[in-house]
Amino acid sequence: MQIHVTDQDGKEHTLEGLEGWRVMEIIKDYGLTIKAECGGACCCATCHVYVDGAWVDKLHAMRDDEEDMLDEAIDVRDNSRLSCQIIMSEELDGLKVTLGGGTEID
Amino acid sequence: MSDEQNFETDVIIIGAGPVGLFAVFELGLLDMKAHLVDILDRPGGQCAELYPEKPIYDIPGFPEISGQELTDNLMAQIKPFEPTFHFNQMAESLTKLENGHWRLTTDMGVTLDAPVIVIAAGGGSFMPKKPSIPNLEEYEGKSVFYAVRKREQFEGKNILIAGGGDSALDWTNNLQPIAKSMALIHRRDNFRAAPDSVSKMHQLIADKKMDLHVANIIELHGSNGQLEAVTAQRKGEEAYRIECDTLLAFYGLTMKLGPIANFGLNLHENLIPVDTEKFQTSEAGIFSIGDINTYPGKLKLILSGFHESALMAQEAFRIVFPDKKLRFQYTTSSSSLQEKLGVGEKAA
Repeated sequence: MQIHVTDQDGKEHTLEGLEGWRVMEIIKDYGLTIKAECGGACCCATCHVYVDGAWVDKLHAMRDDEEDMLDEAIDVRDNSRLSCQIIMSEELDGLKVTLGGGTEID
Repeated sequence: MSDEQNFETDVIIIGAGPVGLFAVFELGLLDMKAHLVDILDRPGGQCAELYPEKPIYDIPGFPEISGQELTDNLMAQIKPFEPTFHFNQMAESLTKLENGHWRLTTDMGVTLDAPVIVIAAGGGSFMPKKPSIPNLEEYEGKSVFYAVRKREQFEGKNILIAGGGDSALDWTNNLQPIAKSMALIHRRDNFRAAPDSVSKMHQLIADKKMDLHVANIIELHGSNGQLEAVTAQRKGEEAYRIECDTLLAFYGLTMKLGPIANFGLNLHENLIPVDTEKFQTSEAGIFSIGDINTYPGKLKLILSGFHESALMAQEAFRIVFPDKKLRFQYTTSSSSLQEKLGVGEKAA
């Protein structure tokens, strides 16, 4: 299982996906910069990612609290999601995301 | 609030999150008085600001507790020690006084003097999130704002408010009566703010007292920091202008290290290195506990911060009371500790 993550500088990284982990946790554990300040509670929008076109429809639909929280994300696009709300599984092997606005640590 | 601007105390704690609050307890057991400074308007830090309703499962002795309950419990636990809180203020600068004590100055001009400083600032200060719009900085503080400090400042203005949460909706309803014109802009036609304020806003629209734009701001127009209009765009539609001289943006808060970076302490990736015996920083008398510190093996857990506050208090005691002997006692058996906690009569 793998996920492909493009960081804030445009560099692509291939990470080993961990079954049952939140994509945010996988990105953080790998050592990429992702603020994720609420720690995965869907409370801060600082784990914001843009999901690669081919994958948008393969993810489970957004819950209301995720959609609400996206109001506080920076530079929201149609393919914006919070990576703490995407749980890694076999079906998502190969998932491609790009770290979004507000994930930088300053 | 008192008019007093200058305070002297034993220990100044920067940050009133769970770890800062528990530090009051550990310091209090050793007879040290504490003042706390926090940029938020209430205690609890992240627990209160980010996830008050979310359950936490790894606080020892509490199989499940919400951020707000934990904060309330800590406030009850430290009540006997009568800490003084300075809310809505950011710790701005730290200087060493001639007598070896430290002086902390806040952005409200309050000064606090003490021999011991404890930095329990978590992820830093909660500051407004800024949207990514070109040239935004040019207008900040002049015609673009992230908070309302003085309501009267907005009298007679053509105001555009951005956001869909409680702050955005509350200020839309609150400022509309004194504004020359009022408009709200939000990325979708759905608001997470309290239903009551959402219906108030809809009533204002029905009464033709304000406009609602379901769109994103993509450009600002004006000169010398004075806003004249914004360009807004709705998904897949043509961009258009909204005339306004004031923009209030409410996109929530995020933590930034802020002025602590200029305190003259050693930093490692925005964290403050400490030793694991006293949790002291590179400066004697300045301690750092909780999420903001770092040491080999550090885990950012609330329980780690609690442990760190207990050890920090031991060394703080030696600084605050250089002539006194420190005796380690248990709250279960020590009558003097129980007296401090106001539970002396319960002792068996």
